[in-house]
Amino acid sequence: MAEVITMPKLGFDMAEGTLIEWVKGEGDEVGEDDVIAIIETDKASVEVPALRSGVLRALLVKEGQTVPVGQPIAIIGAADEEIDLEALGVTEAAPEAEAGEVEEAVAPPPEAPPAVERGRLAVSPVARRMAEELGIDLTRVRGTGPNGRIIKRDIEAYLREMEKAPEKAPPPIPTPSHAPAPEGIQVEPMTPMRETIGRRMVESKQQAPHFYITYEIDMEAAMALRQELNALLPEDERISVNDLVIKAAAIALREFPRLNASFAGDEIHIHEQVNIGIAVAREVGLVTAVIRDCDRKPLAQIAREARELVRRVREGRMRPDDMVGSTFTISNLGMFGVEEFAAIINPPQAAILAVGAVRRVPVVTEDGELAVGARMKVTISADHRVTDGAEAARFMQAFKRALEEPLRLVL
Amino acid sequence: MARMTFREAISQALREEMYRDERVFIMGEEVGRWGGTYAVTRGFLDEFGEKRVRDTPIAEGVIVGAAAGAAIAGLRPVAEIMTINFAFLAMDQIVNHVAKLHYMFDGQITCPVVIRTVGGGGRQLGASHSQSPDVVFAHFPGLKVVAPGTPADAKGLLKAAIREDDPVLFIEHATLYQVRGEVPDDEDYLVPIGVSDVKREGRDVTIVSYSKMLQISLEAAERLVQEGIEAEVIDLRSLRPLDTRPIIESVQRTNRVVVVEEGWRSYGVGAEIASRVMELAFDSLDAPVRRVAQAEVPLPYNRRLEQMALPQVDDVVRAVKDVLYL
Repeated sequence: MAEVITMPKLGFDMAEGTLIEWVKGEGDEVGEDDVIAIIETDKASVEVPALRSGVLRALLVKEGQTVPVGQPIAIIGAADEEIDLEALGVTEAAPEAEAGEVEEAVAPPPEAPPAVERGRLAVSPVARRMAEELGIDLTRVRGTGPNGRIIKRDIEAYLREMEKAPEKAPPPIPTPSHAPAPEGIQVEPMTPMRETIGRRMVESKQQAPHFYITYEIDMEAAMALRQELNALLPEDERISVNDLVIKAAAIALREFPRLNASFAGDEIHIHEQVNIGIAVAREVGLVTAVIRDCDRKPLAQIAREARELVRRVREGRMRPDDMVGSTFTISNLGMFGVEEFAAIINPPQAAILAVGAVRRVPVVTEDGELAVGARMKVTISADHRVTDGAEAARFMQAFKRALEEPLRLVL
Repeated sequence: MARMTFREAISQALREEMYRDERVFIMGEEVGRWGGTYAVTRGFLDEFGEKRVRDTPIAEGVIVGAAAGAAIAGLRPVAEIMTINFAFLAMDQIVNHVAKLHYMFDGQITCPVVIRTVGGGGRQLGASHSQSPDVVFAHFPGLKVVAPGTPADAKGLLKAAIREDDPVLFIEHATLYQVRGEVPDDEDYLVPIGVSDVKREGRDVTIVSYSKMLQISLEAAERLVQEGIEAEVIDLRSLRPLDTRPIIESVQRTNRVVVVEEGWRSYGVGAEIASRVMELAFDSLDAPVRRVAQAEVPLPYNRRLEQMALPQVDDVVRAVKDVLYL
């Protein structure tokens, strides 16, 4: 039976995406997991795989078109099957907005009357789940079920309405007004990605009470081990300092799960999986790519996955899975020679680790002698709503121990 | 494949199993000289002889009890209880003995009895001869309860029941015997007990039913198509064990469920299905589960009243529209 492919939601704050390329055309046969389209979100280009095999029967949006999450973009079905768009819930003709075309300002969507005046909202279980997944505020959806119950079709109707009149972002934080750009200044518009980064970082800094703890780590043993390991590995499988850092953090997070957590309003969500996001710089901005189950994977596998991820990010060909689900982030500016810095927490995560360069520095040995050692400074930024200084410090001690006794990393 | 009636499919299954395995024999009221009340075993007495086709007195407790004894001793009896209404007379043998022997003797004996019986109303036989108390028997662990809704399933399930080491209550609906369908010729064609089947695919609503109500549900689905509603129809085939996987998978796609059973609503099959859907697919529901069932009265003799009390195609169509909020 035919199925509708919709604009995927690739992050908890993604509202819309731009279809930049159809990799497959109408009438093409596709297998499960074949890439059918490339979508650009405000963070990255992402490949959209077919979730089942069949024939791509209809493409509902044009290349370059931006559509909200959840809107149908294509129909997949059998070659000879009759496709009834209406029955599939594809009621509206796809909007005609072309690439680059500036959307005309539209009147804000009419505020839907609340489903109930007071008391509990009546919502069917599936509608509640959809709203949660799509980040829809249920009080703005009009329920048409018995006694005003919000049901699936109401959520779908709401989405269609939003598509016609995209919900405006909340008013920006007031900034000093700028005079029109004077001469001698080159004007560059904010890209969607810069806007997203800006909005999220403002959110994080305003809402999450950050505190910072910096440790200096003796990297002598870790660097020696890395050299030994890399002597055994072919060029393209070498282990980087960052791979050691990822593994050490994963080991420490296993021990201190409250740092592998998310702030969720009146709850703290402690994640069972240790999925480490690594911040990767692209020309257009910053992307966090995810390596899953870092506490369970051997170092070599982490190194392999990290290399592959970074390659995909740089080529702008990330997969949906590459971007979502991280539980803790590591930002490493060591390769730029940065000695130490503090990073902004990637909400809703509880903490982020900022890693500086490994430097040769004078150190005082246990015997009181002056010697040359390898040191790396690492700063954790943690959300005080989730954790406290002592806990974060103990986490940092565990992290430090893992790097200073690096055989732990290969156990 | 051959096209045949439900009656012929049952008859063929019995005949094939009796040829395949010498230990299989049939017993019951009128199964021999008369050829079976529903003419399923016509000709069997001449074909297999008195030793394997045994007429019994009108004594249901004795029929099931003797079958249990024969099964323990190593035979594979197919005992017929003329209608499920009379199975109440053999209730003690069925639920206290046949269902529990294997368990109570620590697995040292098995009791491979098949009890064939006929259920359902709609033939003006009055309140005490027209019941569908399938769920009463399905309530007891130890007993497998199957109720096919098509000729092919009737053949495959009966053959599987006869080869099964656990006791099986096999319920044939009295008004299904004339229903025709394609039936595989293969002598080893088996339909596994405890596997539900998607009889019709659809994306808008999941209809769960079995036995005669499967036919009613399929008819309702046909009618709903004309209104642009695609119903998925799932045939339970077996009430115990109950296979919920296809139901849950279907509900995850359709978000709506209607259960159609011929028995009474209270404490019924629909109640069980509704409860399992709540347990396993709550987040997929868009509407409360609807049950279509017999009016909660002793089934009337009067033809019109009887039809009013039994679930009809219209009732299913109405319930589907209700869960779709139409």
